[in-house]
Amino acid sequence: MIYYDKVSKVYPDNSIALDNVSFGIEPKEFVTIVGHSGAGKTTLMKLLIAEDYPTEGTVYLESTDVHNMNKKQKNKLRRRIGTVFQDYRLIHNKTIYENIAFAMEAAGRTDAEIAADVPHVLELVDLGHKIWNFPRELSGGERQRVAIARAIVTQPDIIIADEPTGNLDPANTFEIVRILKKINELGTTVLLTTHNKGVVDAVGGRVITMEKGKVIRDDKNGKYIL
Amino acid sequence: MILTNLKRITRTGFVNFWRNGFLSFAAIVVITLSLSAFGGLVFASAFGRSLLADVKDKVDINVYFSLTAQPSDILALQKEIKALPEVASTDYISSADALAAFQAKWQNNALIMQGLQEVGGNPFPAALNIKAKDPGQYGNIADFLTSKNPVDASGAPIIDKVNYQENKLIIDRLSAIIPTVEMSGSIIAGIFVLVALIIVFNTIRLIIYAAREEIAVMKLVGASNTYVRGPFVISGIMYGVVSAIITLILMAIFAYWSDAVVLKLAGVDVASNFSLIVNVLSGYFVQNFGQIFILIMGSGIILGGVSSYVAARRYLKV
Repeated sequence: MIYYDKVSKVYPDNSIALDNVSFGIEPKEFVTIVGHSGAGKTTLMKLLIAEDYPTEGTVYLESTDVHNMNKKQKNKLRRRIGTVFQDYRLIHNKTIYENIAFAMEAAGRTDAEIAADVPHVLELVDLGHKIWNFPRELSGGERQRVAIARAIVTQPDIIIADEPTGNLDPANTFEIVRILKKINELGTTVLLTTHNKGVVDAVGGRVITMEKGKVIRDDKNGKYIL
Repeated sequence: MILTNLKRITRTGFVNFWRNGFLSFAAIVVITLSLSAFGGLVFASAFGRSLLADVKDKVDINVYFSLTAQPSDILALQKEIKALPEVASTDYISSADALAAFQAKWQNNALIMQGLQEVGGNPFPAALNIKAKDPGQYGNIADFLTSKNPVDASGAPIIDKVNYQENKLIIDRLSAIIPTVEMSGSIIAGIFVLVALIIVFNTIRLIIYAAREEIAVMKLVGASNTYVRGPFVISGIMYGVVSAIITLILMAIFAYWSDAVVLKLAGVDVASNFSLIVNVLSGYFVQNFGQIFILIMGSGIILGGVSSYVAARRYLKV
């Protein structure tokens, strides 16, 4: 479904983020990418949603090169991928409801669908009671759950979560992992990056280990080994 | 779909306008100041134009005729002068009219009235008051009169004196000053408008700069450029509309206030002599309200909307 083909990324300051990386991800897989900070995990994610361009190589989603798209195709690609960021990236002057509704509006859903789905998805992440609050009135764990709700509300094929637990305490961390696993069980491909050993062990499944821009391990039933 | 998007963009624009209360306030203050400067220029030029027209109107040349000149000769000359392309109007004052005007003016001064009686008869010559279309053209008219030098039936010249030489200085200066004033006025206006544009654009750029991360998030969620930018443009237009309304109210207040002040400073007597100056601004404001409204409202909408549109562009490249 997703294929990184000999991808390299060198940033303008000549730091090498990715060095000839190749691997594929099957539909409905739950893939955890681990590695120290600076190992290239975030760059992998950014390349998939065309937020950044590879210096060399190609990233395929199904058989399409994601970096050879016009604006419209790029917007469509992004609507197929739900993204969760470490720093949540909620829109601070919109309510929780509006933050989630926005993703659906951008995807061109009708008002009726939005009115029905937003409360539903917020129930799913256990935040039904905070629907009219603003992000600043929520705790870190709650904000991250809103971010996940926003990512899944359009029922994307793929969820990418870049260090979603990086700013959270253990209880909230496992809550997020539990939600992501549930999403995966419902048939969504999940791509998760973390440097938290506990998260890796809780998820199980395939683990790709990165170091200095290279894939050094790819285990079908991996553990956190660094 | 397009309609739904338009509805959503407009709604979001309105909501953001309210929620970003302080930023909206700041933008409105800046745009109001710029538009007020613009409105001030409109008023200044209106006032200046009215003042110039008034002064131009006060400049004229008078032809004084000899006491023996026959009215029929004078009227024939008036006809000829009227036919000149430079002449705006001519006014014939007979010696009887001149005497009546003198008597009316000094009727309460016994000494002068007594002097007049001692002179006996009517010592006032008939006169022709000539107004040119443009102050620069008085020279030509005076030349025409000198070269023509009309005579009566007995061959004596009927023109006693043309007071062009006395007025020449003020006429020449006015002819030189008016184009300079008009030119420098439009240059200053141009600079003013440019500065206002830059300040407004920068303020709106700061507002959008504050929202750059959110723009990036919206783009990463898959929203189109139009959908992300639309609400900013709507908010920008609203800044413009609100600012324009405030500016128009300020202009109305200023127009009526300044007219009252002018009246007070000049005094009712003087003011009534200069009918053009009194109520010049409020009169101008009321008469040209449609144009002023379109100018101020249009400038506000364009300032706010276009600035937002342009400022958002650089953050859309995600």
